[in-house]
Amino acid sequence: MSADMTPEDTGPLLDVRDLEVVLPGPDGPVRILDRVSFTVGAGRTTGLIGESGSGKSMTAMAIIGLLPRDAQTRGELRWRSEDLLTATPRRRRRVRGREIAMIFQDPLASLNPGQTIGRQITEIPRRDGMPRRELGSTAVDLLERVEIPDPARRANNYPHQFSGGMRQRAMTALALAGKPQLILADEPTTALDVTVQARILALLRRLRDEEGTAMLLVSHDLRVMAHVADDLVVMYAGQVCERGPAPDVLRRPFHPYTNALVKSVPAVHAKSAIADPLPGSPANPAERPSGCAFHPRCPLTRIMAQGVSSANAIGTPPIHERCRTEQPEVREISPGRWSACHFSSEEAVR
Amino acid sequence: MTAGLVISDLRVTFGGRGGLLRRSEPPVAAVDGVSLRVGPRETVAVVGESGSGKTTVARSIVGLVTPEAGTITYDDTVLGPMRTRPPHVQRAIQMVFQDPRSSLNPRMTAGAILREAWHTHPAVAPKGDWKQATRELLAEVGLDPTVAGRRPSALSGGQCQRVSIARALAVRPRLLVCDEAVSALDVSVQAQILRLLVDLKSERDLAIVFISHDLGVVRQIADRIAVMRSGELVEEATAEDLFTNPRHPYTQMLLDAALDLEGVES
Repeated sequence: MSADMTPEDTGPLLDVRDLEVVLPGPDGPVRILDRVSFTVGAGRTTGLIGESGSGKSMTAMAIIGLLPRDAQTRGELRWRSEDLLTATPRRRRRVRGREIAMIFQDPLASLNPGQTIGRQITEIPRRDGMPRRELGSTAVDLLERVEIPDPARRANNYPHQFSGGMRQRAMTALALAGKPQLILADEPTTALDVTVQARILALLRRLRDEEGTAMLLVSHDLRVMAHVADDLVVMYAGQVCERGPAPDVLRRPFHPYTNALVKSVPAVHAKSAIADPLPGSPANPAERPSGCAFHPRCPLTRIMAQGVSSANAIGTPPIHERCRTEQPEVREISPGRWSACHFSSEEAVR
Repeated sequence: MTAGLVISDLRVTFGGRGGLLRRSEPPVAAVDGVSLRVGPRETVAVVGESGSGKTTVARSIVGLVTPEAGTITYDDTVLGPMRTRPPHVQRAIQMVFQDPRSSLNPRMTAGAILREAWHTHPAVAPKGDWKQATRELLAEVGLDPTVAGRRPSALSGGQCQRVSIARALAVRPRLLVCDEAVSALDVSVQAQILRLLVDLKSERDLAIVFISHDLGVVRQIADRIAVMRSGELVEEATAEDLFTNPRHPYTQMLLDAALDLEGVES
């Protein structure tokens, strides 16, 4: 069904094409996701980064099939050779956990407080009919793979007996139990202390390297992305604004929003000045600005507008007409590097 | 006289009282023997992981928790619990909380929140037109005058944090205690609030106690840094010294674990 790789399987594992999600809002339907496209390669970690309202978590929920009931979707979620968006509910349940698994931000809220860790992480093998005598050793094996010390004893513990970092490891073990090809991880280290965070990130990297599990990592934290992501997808107001190999995107962002994000990360191991702040707050998809959604906060449009238009009222910052009126397409600026900015070019963003 | 804030041998414990259903347990020291000075116009950061006691130190400074032992003085005045403090001392030390939304009354407009501060402290209330004073205060924290008529639910997280800062400034404080004041904000908004704090500090001659888990942010704004672990202060140094020459192994471990964008192998 899944594990055997045929030659034509060399394409991406997951291919998200023009994904749209519309939810009802108090003032009419809101297009939460607007033509979101990206791919997750087999055995690679793709980082989905954005601020509040960017749609990054909604994208993960669409992929795992946990959107609100009243959500309307369009586009395609190509998973191997099928479209998950049009799959039957029965098929989606089958995919969930066994082919695509998810790790949530808050493990305490996602684990059952009344069941032992060992029982919870073997839920899928149990349902698949694994004999009882094997379940125990499977639990120990899973806990061992996520580096929980003394796994045989720990399998009989309840979630409250685990520390925050260990609970996140248990969640990861639960995700691994179904032998998924793709793990979605939504802010898996956000609630953790730095020392614990570093160890969880090392674990996620090891799973990619040794077990070849592909991962879609959802986070607002660029520092986390820099340490684990192979590819990066940057989202703003429910749209993709930039994607490409993570080291390249971080070293040399093509989109002015990515550029601002990178500059806003304070350095720990060197002295840095407080970044020039962007004006305003992240755009809300319910009130998505016209043209390029980022234009009201964009430093680049102001540079590009200088000398072009003198028609702006005195006191209002100049905005380039194109950015205000025309929604930019996500274009391939250089091989493998995509950006949705009218003025993205290697020279422009500096 | 010692100007500014002086914390000596602070000890704060929680729990420990026997209850109806619970056997009495020994109290847990959230803060154990912490001493720290914050001079006028100085920014001192307190960093540490969860459970280190850094927030308890902040809450002790503003009088929200009662220490078991030790003293806190401000300009040589001993600080007791909040309600026992004379009004001028209450005003001098103001706190900005982590979650701007839950620290503002959802039923009050931003203007009413500022007016409430003046009703509580009539000594520093504007002599003339309160409307004009409200506009000026909002402008000082970078907010449009129309914000005065809006409730927190109609404001972004960054705008709410600006209102919290305006509320603190309304009573003309000398010392701001900021508890993870930018941690809950989007990164593109964090820099706005950090800039604002730095500007206000120099314009209003403020001292700042900046509680944070984010070493990068701390490095940008702190003059001195205190590192806490399990209720104890393990190292205190100037910002430059702490980052370039950490002496305590725990500080070293925190620095090693902290990620940067640069210097990443891929």
